[in-house]
Amino acid sequence: MKPPVWKRRTSAQSLLAWFSWLLLVAVAVYCWKAMNENTIWEFVKDSPRQIAEIGGRMFPPKWDYFPTLLKPLWDTINIATLGTALGVLLAIPVSYLAARNVTPSLWVLRPIAMFLIVASRSINSVIWALLLVSILGPGLLAGILAIALRSVGFVAKLIYESIEEVDPRQMEAIAATGAGNGQILTYAVVPQILPSFAGISVFRWDINIRESAVLGLVGAGGIGLQLEASMNNLAWSQVSLILLAIFSLVGLSEWVSAKIRHAII
Amino acid sequence: MSEATYPTTWTKPKLIPSPVKRYGLYVLIAVYLALAVRDIEFDWGRMTVGLERGWAFLSGFFHPDIRSRWDEIVIGMKESLTMTVVASVAGILISVPFGLGAAKNISHPLVYYFCRTVIAFSRSFQEVIIAILFVAMFGFGPFAGFLTIVVATIGFLGKLIAEAIEDIDPAQVEAIRATGASWGQTFNYGVQPQIMPRFVGLCMYRLDINFRESAVVGIVGAGGIGATLNTAIERYEFDVAAGILLLIIAIVIVLEYASAFVRKRAQ
Amino acid sequence: MLEIEKLSKKYPTGDLALTDVSLSVPAGQLVGLIGPSGAGKSTLIRCVNRLVEPSSGSIRLNGEDLTRFGKRRLREARRRIGMIFQEHALMERLTVMENVLSGRLGYVGFWKSFFRRFPGQSVAEAFKILDRVGLGAFPNKRADALSGGQRQRVGIARALLQNPDLLLVDEPTASLDPKTSRQIMRLICELCAERGLSAIVNIHDVPLAQAYLPRIVGLKAGRIVYDGPAQGLTPEVLTRIYGEEDWAKTERSEDEEGAGEQETLKVEKVLEAS
Ligand SMILES: Nc1ncnc2c1ncn2[C@@H]1O[C@H](COP(=O)(O)OP(=O)(O)O)[C@@H](O)[C@H]1O
Ligand SMILES: [Mg+2]
Repeated sequence: MKPPVWKRRTSAQSLLAWFSWLLLVAVAVYCWKAMNENTIWEFVKDSPRQIAEIGGRMFPPKWDYFPTLLKPLWDTINIATLGTALGVLLAIPVSYLAARNVTPSLWVLRPIAMFLIVASRSINSVIWALLLVSILGPGLLAGILAIALRSVGFVAKLIYESIEEVDPRQMEAIAATGAGNGQILTYAVVPQILPSFAGISVFRWDINIRESAVLGLVGAGGIGLQLEASMNNLAWSQVSLILLAIFSLVGLSEWVSAKIRHAII
Repeated sequence: MSEATYPTTWTKPKLIPSPVKRYGLYVLIAVYLALAVRDIEFDWGRMTVGLERGWAFLSGFFHPDIRSRWDEIVIGMKESLTMTVVASVAGILISVPFGLGAAKNISHPLVYYFCRTVIAFSRSFQEVIIAILFVAMFGFGPFAGFLTIVVATIGFLGKLIAEAIEDIDPAQVEAIRATGASWGQTFNYGVQPQIMPRFVGLCMYRLDINFRESAVVGIVGAGGIGATLNTAIERYEFDVAAGILLLIIAIVIVLEYASAFVRKRAQ
Repeated sequence: MLEIEKLSKKYPTGDLALTDVSLSVPAGQLVGLIGPSGAGKSTLIRCVNRLVEPSSGSIRLNGEDLTRFGKRRLREARRRIGMIFQEHALMERLTVMENVLSGRLGYVGFWKSFFRRFPGQSVAEAFKILDRVGLGAFPNKRADALSGGQRQRVGIARALLQNPDLLLVDEPTASLDPKTSRQIMRLICELCAERGLSAIVNIHDVPLAQAYLPRIVGLKAGRIVYDGPAQGLTPEVLTRIYGEEDWAKTERSEDEEGAGEQETLKVEKVLEAS
């Protein structure tokens, strides 16, 4: 709640505050200058004309192109689904190693698991796809693996956090019967995290639908391939149809994911 | 003994009790997996090359090379970092009005639908798609990347600010409004204090995400380290690629610590 | 049967929870362990099955020193020691039957237990015990759908299915109403008598302890200050155990909520993981 009387900051504090803001503005201005060293302003100045032209060519969308998009849309869904499934599978052992209360090795395996998690999260799925296309060649497989590798960190992080929140008394109760570590996991830990595990997986699948729509731009399959081709041919009426298709797919997946997560709770 | 009267088997009740539905679901899943996996083209000949390159990449992580392409890396990193800062500042400034407009409890219905639509559009497209459109419109270079990240920030922060405002305790707002305060005063006294810590936290998360995005938009020509990375991968210089990735990871870790620190202070 | 000798426990935090505790429990005997909060009652019984590692001293069960056992032998020893917990510590999301059968985990391999394939004899025994504790009708109910008294009965059934020699019981009635408390205490005593079990029962409530447990051990600040028949608990002895000032001491709060229905996906968490 607000105190009844508004107290002015002391002069030293307000000086510091002003100084911080000033610093922020200075940094932003410097960054703006540095960033735009290589910007060709001619193109930027020309952009209203470009936008008008591209916008004009986008409408109306080329509806009879749609049947060609069905297979790429199907591929996009598959990349997301198989990639999520694989990512979740890989995330299970990683989160087991990372959770402080169950990890078999606090000082060796846990830090490794933590590094895997942060590495996977730091690198965008498009970068993963770029790498995998270069390693495995273009195609769905690269896309699926890219989605999986990007998802591992996200899923593993959320799972290990929910493992760390597990009720320790249930683990003790199972340990007290003479059960082994594996049994403590499957009887006391797994049932407690199962609902959040399912929620996390579905949530990630939803994100992955959005991500898999672009992987084709770097050759990893899905509708992004069509987008790339249409852009290269400056076929803007196809581009607009593709964007519309992606928009609908993303909306649909969001709806499905929300429905499933609701059912889980 | 009376033991004989007790059953010696017990099966856990199934999640889906009806066997028809249960096996139906199994069959559906199996058919889907079969269809989906069938479409993946395995090229076994290609796999041997793949294994070799995959190994080259993995071992690149153990002897990363940032020396040989140092100049390009510096240019790329500078673009990425400056892009992150500028786009975060601009994005945060613009997303505040969108967030206010998209909060049902304080906004006008027309403004509300307008803001929600903008936010929904910006959230539906992955940043790389937005980036290629901006590259087509504004030319190659970090300016297009900057715009991309601004748009993505508006979608993200706008939605979360709106949700934070919708979650506030209405009693406090009512109390201020009851004193006859104007809309601005009501916001300043009744809403702002309640959402401020959350807002600071969200901005810090976004800074972190923006850096990671600034590292990809370069792949489609929108400036930043992504371009350098793309070149390295195209040349199969996996140890350079690994070096760049490790740099990105290191910066993300630093940003995460910084963000955790600021969030703690903001509480 | 159980001989505890010079048992001491110092927690890493520096709390000296037990000092030189010696106690001997013959087969078939029920011992009530009373004392103020923080006296070390829970620590003492948790040392017996080494959920808490004792700092020094020995614990002999049927002549063997449990404190020297390695992991494997400890697990074997734990199979013979049933434990009943304060807040029942059931697996909330599993069925009653799974909770009861978990008492046999020490005897069943990992995969068998993973697929819930317990030996027929264990299953029959589980049904029998469920009947005995009055829950014969609910093997398929989920534990979180039961009342407090019913949950504690499941906890008792789980401990009994271990077919133990010794029961460790930690404040079985702490979260129950007075009537249910008496029912649960009576059930525990009857079952111990039927099966000739020894038991150590931690209990807050002195009248309840006196009513059901023939031998009482009084613990104060980690030391035994009384060991004798229930009738011997004179007002003077009780002051020795509880001593005025100790009443003010509060129990470490073991909060109720546990891991029931806390979260699904909090925005902040998802962002951090993104
Ligand atoms: N896990 C623990 N870590 C540190 N100190 C503990 C722990 N558990 C108990 N203690 C301390 O040991 C003492 C005895 O606690 P406890 O055995 O729980 O007593 P009681 O069950 O009689 O209430 C108390 O002072 C308590 O604070
Ligand atoms: Mg206790």
